[in-house]
Amino acid sequence: MTAIQETAHESEHAQDHHHDHPAWLAHHFDDAEQQFDAGKLGMWLFLVTEVLFFSGMFCAYSLYRNRDPQVFEFCSRFLNEKLGAINTGVLLFSSLTMAWAVRAAQLKQHKLLVGMLGATLGCAAMFLGVKAVEYSHKWELGLFPGKFYVSQIPGAAHGEHGYLGSLCIVPLILTIIAGVYYIYSLATMSKFHQQVAGPILVAGACFFGGVQLGRILEAEETTHHAAEHAAHEHSPGASHDHSQDHSAGELLPEKEGGEVIALGHKSIEDVKVMSEELKTPDASVNQKSMAGLFFSIYYCMTGVHAVHIIGGMLVITWLIVKAAREEFHDQYFGPVDNVGLYWHLVDFIWIYLFPLLYLIT
Amino acid sequence: MPIWMLLAVFFALLILTGLTVYQSQFDLGNAEIWLSLTIATVKAALVILFFMHLLWDKPLNAIVILGSLIFVALFLGFTLMDAEGYRENLIYKSTVKASQPGAKGDEIDN
Amino acid sequence: MSVADRPIVSPASGEGAAYPEHHFLNHTSGFLSWALTLDHKRIGLMYLVGVMSSFALGGMFALMIRLHLWNFKDGWLSNQTYNQVFTLHGAIMVFLFIIPSIPAALGNFLLPIMLGTKDVAFPRLNLGSFYLWVTGLVLFLTALSITGLDTGWTFYTPYSIETQKGGAVLAATFGVFVLGFSSIFTGLNFIVTINTMRPPGMTWFRMPLFLWATYATSIIQVLATPVLGITVLLLSAERLLGIGIFDPKLNGDPVTFQHFFWFYSHPAVYIMILPAMGIISELMSVHCHKGIFGYRMIAYSSVAIALFGFLVWGHHMFTSGMADVTTIVFSALTFTVSIPSAIKVFNWLGTMYQGTVSLNTPMLYALAFIFLFTIGGLTGLPLGALALDMHMHDTYFVVAHFHYVMMGGTLVAFLGGLFHWWPKMTGKMFNDNVGMISAAIVFVGFNLTFLPQFVLGTRGMPRRYATYLEEFQDLHRLSTIGSLTLGIGLLVALLVLLHSLFYGRRAPTNPWGGATLEWVCSSPPPHDNFATAPTVGDPYDFNGIEYDAKQGGYVKKA
Ligand code: HEM
Ligand SMILES: [Cu+2]
Repeated sequence: MTAIQETAHESEHAQDHHHDHPAWLAHHFDDAEQQFDAGKLGMWLFLVTEVLFFSGMFCAYSLYRNRDPQVFEFCSRFLNEKLGAINTGVLLFSSLTMAWAVRAAQLKQHKLLVGMLGATLGCAAMFLGVKAVEYSHKWELGLFPGKFYVSQIPGAAHGEHGYLGSLCIVPLILTIIAGVYYIYSLATMSKFHQQVAGPILVAGACFFGGVQLGRILEAEETTHHAAEHAAHEHSPGASHDHSQDHSAGELLPEKEGGEVIALGHKSIEDVKVMSEELKTPDASVNQKSMAGLFFSIYYCMTGVHAVHIIGGMLVITWLIVKAAREEFHDQYFGPVDNVGLYWHLVDFIWIYLFPLLYLIT
Repeated sequence: MPIWMLLAVFFALLILTGLTVYQSQFDLGNAEIWLSLTIATVKAALVILFFMHLLWDKPLNAIVILGSLIFVALFLGFTLMDAEGYRENLIYKSTVKASQPGAKGDEIDN
Repeated sequence: MSVADRPIVSPASGEGAAYPEHHFLNHTSGFLSWALTLDHKRIGLMYLVGVMSSFALGGMFALMIRLHLWNFKDGWLSNQTYNQVFTLHGAIMVFLFIIPSIPAALGNFLLPIMLGTKDVAFPRLNLGSFYLWVTGLVLFLTALSITGLDTGWTFYTPYSIETQKGGAVLAATFGVFVLGFSSIFTGLNFIVTINTMRPPGMTWFRMPLFLWATYATSIIQVLATPVLGITVLLLSAERLLGIGIFDPKLNGDPVTFQHFFWFYSHPAVYIMILPAMGIISELMSVHCHKGIFGYRMIAYSSVAIALFGFLVWGHHMFTSGMADVTTIVFSALTFTVSIPSAIKVFNWLGTMYQGTVSLNTPMLYALAFIFLFTIGGLTGLPLGALALDMHMHDTYFVVAHFHYVMMGGTLVAFLGGLFHWWPKMTGKMFNDNVGMISAAIVFVGFNLTFLPQFVLGTRGMPRRYATYLEEFQDLHRLSTIGSLTLGIGLLVALLVLLHSLFYGRRAPTNPWGGATLEWVCSSPPPHDNFATAPTVGDPYDFNGIEYDAKQGGYVKKA
């Protein structure tokens, strides 16, 4: 998906160059302006395809939210508002640095350009770090998509499954490689390599910074809830909830996956007692075919968005390499501009995802 | 774009984010979704117009991206309108009230 | 018109240039010079080989279906195999052949030349599209070898979620995803090329109509295909993770899948037909040696089709449980889309009127197109009428309808275009007489195959059935005989083209007397198309273009 920028702006067919064609101008373009306009229109069209691509998921979202608002209300409680808000801020900041990078490229401020791109990369990594905490926390609670959703039981002990650790393996390896690369660049005293390795290493650190931040905030949230929960457990209302919701649950046997639950039979998985914390106007939402659907939408939307972040990180890294080579100037900054457009669109989509998923009351 | 403008847009975006988080603490009923969508749209507009320089860009690019929204509207509009319309023909779990013993979900009944 | 006086001659080729020493085919050599080429002409040729091979594969499945239906029961395939065969036939034909066929193969070759540029805007992206297509092919072949893909080309849920072999469905849906992006990038490339790279003098209304058609097609590719992408992605997630968005068991809504699918797939039928219409506009005017009638109306109607095409997708779902209001709205809207198609047909006929018609292979295919597409388009109208479609939906009437437009329309136009531009692409002339015979056999075979299916459909023969009532057997047998005839016709066409590669005489620069820019480039064109930007004139001004026996082709007499 990132091929656009690459194709537009790197020169090719060296043997066919006209004498008046500088290296940064591809041979089939007449002049810098044509090349720039073509790249830019190409990027906008690509963004159009992105908008329509995401529109499918927004369609599913509206459809099911409109149909079962109570499900969305119920499930949104499991999303950590604070983490969402922080990630919004991180992405907005990365948009700022990206826009600044475009300015720097035009003004030939090469060092600043590398710095700004590095900051953008770092923010992206941090965003993913926080996201990793959010995902792994949900998985530990059994908040999986669709048919894997585990109905929530208050007070149940959610063991550590090591999801977070697994999510960190690849970033860890990459960070170590970046570290080795950085040491190498120091050893060879190559300014170019330092300029490339530095930002990548920082981005690696930012990922783990994000993870740390996420863990602290998630832990706060959990203890907060646990305290609330403990208070409710002993309140007289709890036993009342017990019988009421139990009977409501019984009428809604889950049927999929062969685990048919007989009426009146207290299953381990689905028909569970609700406490105050999980109270909802309609007990039936806490099951695969209801809450599960919400989490499917949640994972699809944020997952596809996260894939876009990762794609963005790859192209930004590519830009850092080019920037370290001081390739950009006022006649040739199209790649930075276009990657910027892409990056802002990723931010744009998050701007909608945040209130739609996290802030439902 | 001058630096002050970049920073101004960034802080405006932050303030709007704060606002949307703040308003979500109140129960505004149906208005809530529209309010948060409006704020999101203002934010999106800021990003598009300033960070993405659409304000200074060729009109064609603006037409391209805004035009795509028409097709999104078409897609969502027809699909949601239809879903609204045929919903009453369907019986599914969420409409099953606890007071209807024996009612089964899942089946589509035309 | 003052434009007419200006000679349409490119300095690169010179007037009536002889067969060139150097051209894009021998510019460089070796496997990698093709595999890594950024030359739009070579990429076009690679696509051509690719889509034609897919067509052959899909065609074999088609013949398997027809032979199976020879007897009303106990055909030679098991019921399960039959389901897989028609699925593979449909999916391969739609996604691997017909959608990339004209834009990616002929379009890639012709678009920059007709426009007067050196290449498309993003040559690497272009090569990338091709490799995405190859990846899609590999995934489809994987699905084929896993066996068990029996969902129909439409992948309707919940069946596609429940059917036995998940691996095949996954491979195929992922293949569709990848092919979708191949198609998107081709479209994107073309839009940018046409918008930003037209040389001086090439105004919008001096563009050949094939380019207008390609442009309109590209708009659809960019706007509609992403929705297909997300649809099949969600479907894959459905199979892999049981997300339930389209799965009624998990409270998902399967009708929504159909909305998603047809939001792409109805516009996609215009991705298939619009470039074909563009070809016909070129063929009609060149082989009638007469300016196209109603240039602007044809150009506008292409864009109109592209836009209206987005308003009618619901006509595929009348019986799927849509709300009553929606069915009525979609039925009404369906009729609007036939107007621009009709405009084009009238204009082509108007072009022939008082023209000097050269009856040759491309022209015969073009005439066949007009005849067959008209039938196909007109039978779309009863299908779009709500009350009738309630009965005709999922019958052979629909099968006949879409084969008339897709095969009688797109494929026949593709063949016509292939014969028309073959001398340009390969530098070789084919045997015109045998070519005309192939056109005649294809025409007869096609009608023999699909006319009976209209009758079958109205009498109640449902589509996608492996067995049927005995009373339908005669018509089915007629259809099978027709399909074999059709196969022979296509084989003859292929042999004519292959024969020309080895024994054909060298093609002149302008064998048919065309006035668009590709006919001033040598045959085959040089590596860079035009050394300097060509002088652009009216693409349909045939004044002074006369036959020159010495050249064996047409030259422009000043
Ligand atoms: C001229 C205007 C056209 C009209 C009014 C029209 C109308 C329709 C309608 C109403 C159906 C649905 C029938 C049913 O399933 O019950 C249909 C099916 C179909 N049409 Fe058309 N059509 C038109 C042109 C085309 C063209 C140009 C193409 C392709 C090049 C095409 C390809 C198809 C295909 C592939 C299907 C069947 C899809 C499936 O169910 O597998 N149509 N058409
Ligand atoms: Cu249709």
